[in-house]
Amino acid sequence: MSKTKVDEINRNIYDIKNKDEYEFKIKKGLTPEIIKEISKQKNDPEWMAEFRLKALEVYNKLELPTWGPDLSELNMDEIATYVRPKSKLNNSWEDVPEDIKNTFDKLGIPEAEKTSLAGVGAQYDSEVVYHSMKEELIKQGVIYTDMETAVREYPELVKKHFMKCVPVSDHKFVALHGAVWSGGSFVYVPKGVKVDIPLQSYFRLNSPESGQFEHTLIIVDEGASLHFIEGCSAPKYNKVNLHAGCVELYVKENAYLRYSTIENWSKNMLNLNTKKAIVEKNAKMEWVSGSFGSKISMLYPMSILNGEGAKTEFTGISFAGKGQNLDNGFKVVHNSPNTSSVVNAKSISKNGGKCTYRSLVRINENAKNSKALVSCESLMLDDISISDTIPVNDIQTDEVEFSHEAKIGKISDKTIFYLMSRGLSEEDAKAMIVRGFAYPISKELPVEYAVEMNNLINLELEGAIG
Amino acid sequence: MKKELLKIEDLHVSAENKEILKGINLKINKGEIHVIMGPNGSGKTTTANAILNNPAYIKQSGKIMFESEDITNLSTDEIARKGIFMSFQLPEEIPGVSVTNFLKYAKNKITGEPVKIFAFKEELKKYMEELNMNSKNMERSLNVGFSGGEKKKNEILQMLVLNPKLAILDETDSGLDVDAIKTVSKGIQMFKNENNAVLIITHNTKILNSLKVDYVHVLVDGKIIKTGSQELAEEIEENGYSQYK
Repeated sequence: MSKTKVDEINRNIYDIKNKDEYEFKIKKGLTPEIIKEISKQKNDPEWMAEFRLKALEVYNKLELPTWGPDLSELNMDEIATYVRPKSKLNNSWEDVPEDIKNTFDKLGIPEAEKTSLAGVGAQYDSEVVYHSMKEELIKQGVIYTDMETAVREYPELVKKHFMKCVPVSDHKFVALHGAVWSGGSFVYVPKGVKVDIPLQSYFRLNSPESGQFEHTLIIVDEGASLHFIEGCSAPKYNKVNLHAGCVELYVKENAYLRYSTIENWSKNMLNLNTKKAIVEKNAKMEWVSGSFGSKISMLYPMSILNGEGAKTEFTGISFAGKGQNLDNGFKVVHNSPNTSSVVNAKSISKNGGKCTYRSLVRINENAKNSKALVSCESLMLDDISISDTIPVNDIQTDEVEFSHEAKIGKISDKTIFYLMSRGLSEEDAKAMIVRGFAYPISKELPVEYAVEMNNLINLELEGAIG
Repeated sequence: MKKELLKIEDLHVSAENKEILKGINLKINKGEIHVIMGPNGSGKTTTANAILNNPAYIKQSGKIMFESEDITNLSTDEIARKGIFMSFQLPEEIPGVSVTNFLKYAKNKITGEPVKIFAFKEELKKYMEELNMNSKNMERSLNVGFSGGEKKKNEILQMLVLNPKLAILDETDSGLDVDAIKTVSKGIQMFKNENNAVLIITHNTKILNSLKVDYVHVLVDGKIIKTGSQELAEEIEENGYSQYK
């Protein structure tokens, strides 16, 4: 496969705005009455209705973070937290309303489902409009459904895990999520079942001045394995939209989970997402993450290595253009002996964009013989862009192997001249350098996402040369 | 009848506010091999960079014609697409872009035609064998972790694949051992035909031994002060540049 050849794509794909048509849009703001109304609209069981109200109380008590990007422009009184699309949940694309289906068609979801996925979920605004999985996985006992169905049909499994990995007290936006969550996917892979082909959920926010708060809960039971892909995008509006999803991953003994994300939110989006995995004995958790969109992103996936021999890897890239402040990173806690974490993070900033790599590595006292290797590299495409690295390393035992490497670089004129002397235009040369820089990450992505990432890099670089 | 390929007229070039080339005149016809020799700092690399219009080198006056077209102020990529290639003294490293993909992309840009992948890879393999290159290098990132010799051979490989009308080799032989120099020479012989030309910039003569050189120019302090045949190179090898200062 050629990695350097990139087909032209229509940049309008992500910016298609459907008419803001919905069946129900809750009034803006955040009060107990509004939360009760969401519960009523969603037919919550009693425990969930109570859970939401308690989460709201926690939300009201917690302060905005005092570090990181400035979030003062976010006014929850201006955000509608629940927008139900004019579609029920379907398991056939033909039943999905035309305009919504067209959007997902253009994003390539039904096509990918046919060729390279074992199951697909598609959320539009606050509700999942499509969910389907291959028959053989159903037979093996794999559950892949929208979160609401899971709450209804698997109450014990959900109660035991829902917001236990990420408690509402974690931070303000997790509390908000607990109060207003809607949609998302639930996956359960039974013991020993290997799901060879990925499952993918795609989250699309169409409605202006609204928020998306999907909840993804994945349990990979002992010895099982799964690759889950999450995609997200939204058209651009003039006012702020908010995304505060929550992802909870349970990777049981000897299990394997890879969680891949391509995030391409529009540049009016505040992406305040929370993702966490609990990794048991000899299990492996891999994160692959491409962060391109958003006005502000604060995203720090976290692995908690609870079991002896648990492993995690994080491979991620952020690309910040004009007006973007992407504060991304990774957190890992080593709680047991012989655990290991490997981080390979990259960022690209241009036209005044800002990328920060913010990380935590904590190795507790009992985590003897553990290993934590962190490498982060950033590339700035001009003199007005910003790149920063803020690592926190808390190592409580000497019997570990730990290293942190950080590199910050620019594209040199010499390199551009070299490539231009081989017939590449200045724009081609820059795009090639950037794609090469991103390659160690893009090669980890599913093929169609790697292509999409290359396309995004080209889009982002268009007109970058004055 | 000799066909003119490159013609440089009274070229003055400065870099970092210092005049380096002080009136260069040079004419290269199809089918010829030219050599520019000169001591360090005489302007050899500047000449090569000026032909490719490296923005770090400012042309104060003069003109560069290529196949009767004024290319003085064309951008570097346009000049490359006209058919001029330069082998770099210090080739740049491009992490994450394999030699194969890079060359395929460059070939497509130079020819403007789609590259047929299978035939292209075969061609690449053949050239790499001829140049004693490890075929594993095809999939390695361009020049990353290559030894000095591998980098230079890689430049010659690029020359063969991109097949320019004029190849400028800037100190391609410097820092190479005897065997590697022979390989580079062989690459030049493979490339050279009646319809193209080579301009070799060097300060030693080993690379010239197995080549039929048409003209040797001695460049001192930004000017070509003497032009002669291959014997001139041998004479400089023996006596150095002191007599020209």
